[in-house]
Amino acid sequence: MSLAEKIRDALMYAVVELDEDVLGRIEWARAMEAKSASASQGSTASLAVLDAIIENLKIAKERRLPMCQDTGLFLVFVDVGKESTVALSALEAAIHEGCLAAVQEAHYRRSVVAEPVFARKNTTNNMPPAIYYSLVGGSDVTIQILLKGFGSENCSSVRMLNPTGGREAVIKAVGEIVSLAGGKPCPPIFIGVGLGGTMDRAAYLSKRALLRDVRIGHEDEQYRRLEEDILAHVQSLGIGSGGMGGTITALSVAIEAEPTHIAGMPLAVSINCWADRKARIVHKEGEDA
Amino acid sequence: MRKLTLPLSQADIAQLNAYDQVLLSGTLYVGRDQVHRLLYAMIEKQEPLPIDLNGATIYYMGPSPAPEGMVIGACGPTTSARMDPFSPTLLDRGLAVMIGKGPRSEAVSEAIVRNKALYLQAYGGCGALYAEAVKRVTPVAFAELGPEALIELEVEDFPAIVAIDSRGGSVFSRS
Repeated sequence: MSLAEKIRDALMYAVVELDEDVLGRIEWARAMEAKSASASQGSTASLAVLDAIIENLKIAKERRLPMCQDTGLFLVFVDVGKESTVALSALEAAIHEGCLAAVQEAHYRRSVVAEPVFARKNTTNNMPPAIYYSLVGGSDVTIQILLKGFGSENCSSVRMLNPTGGREAVIKAVGEIVSLAGGKPCPPIFIGVGLGGTMDRAAYLSKRALLRDVRIGHEDEQYRRLEEDILAHVQSLGIGSGGMGGTITALSVAIEAEPTHIAGMPLAVSINCWADRKARIVHKEGEDA
Repeated sequence: MRKLTLPLSQADIAQLNAYDQVLLSGTLYVGRDQVHRLLYAMIEKQEPLPIDLNGATIYYMGPSPAPEGMVIGACGPTTSARMDPFSPTLLDRGLAVMIGKGPRSEAVSEAIVRNKALYLQAYGGCGALYAEAVKRVTPVAFAELGPEALIELEVEDFPAIVAIDSRGGSVFSRS
């Protein structure tokens, strides 16, 4: 199977079914909300939302239909091993070919316009994907693709925080961004937080954070605790599933951090809806590209 | 769970309260960002509209393509807040029911009360679930908008929750 075919197949699956880690968090939210469902109208409504989501996933799987009509924008992260000999031009061609085939075969909605301000003419095939390339160790090429829906993307945001603000400033800023989003991004949500770098690097890191298996916390304990404390703060906001109240607003928080300047603490929050759809393809050295 | 027939009567609307769960059957229009921009401009210029808004229902949605053997693809709601700048004008022109997801502006809430209208929330992201409720799709206007075109749907047991009722009672009022 060619790399383009592997990408196509992964994208045809991702638009219909969620990965096990994501499903597990939705089931967890339902169990939590069921405990308090009689306590408030908000929790009862939240439970109805979570039941609808679970029923929706069942129908999508049976009918091989996209779980959500917003099949997203292809946001592609390519990690190229420094010892890989695959040509970047061949990689890019395979990504384009795989994305295009999935759009046609899995009935993706045509959601991409060629230019943002004036005619906004639909490209009619969801091309082009947005691609980031990075160099990593080893000889593998890892391609990760987010199907980024825009109900949630419109609620994502960047803040340039004060360098002396510390973890409290981070928790407060994420809480404000999630509060402002309220019921708009299809909660319960997944939250990616990028910290450090520059304004654009923080935004990039916040998307990379969404790629992580949602069962796994940050490898550094301080950041892992910060993820937990942000999650607890977000739950206390009481937005709930569908934004109608309830105890669970977010399903996970993942942070990615990197070095930054003495004068700043860039923070970006990428919000993803419960339909946290992602594809992952590993290309081994020597395989067809 | 209350079963109701579209278009809703004034009596139906008056009886509904925030948080009520409903199942809708009947016909509704579908329009989102560009349709709202165009209808709003037509009203401003006093041009004739392609649909009669009186008592009508508009669902904020843009479907994915219909696979073979189905009338529509995934068809869940889109975020309502983007329609907020246009909705008061449409409500004042007779629009009775809006279906979408997420909170609305104060101006929309006031226009709902002023016109004894209704805002329903559909289950966000549940495109496959809503595909099961759609029985027929009829193109109406602005076909050039592709997935954003104005269409009419015949639906059966379309599930939703009353998000803002005709007295301004809201499921979003805490925030």
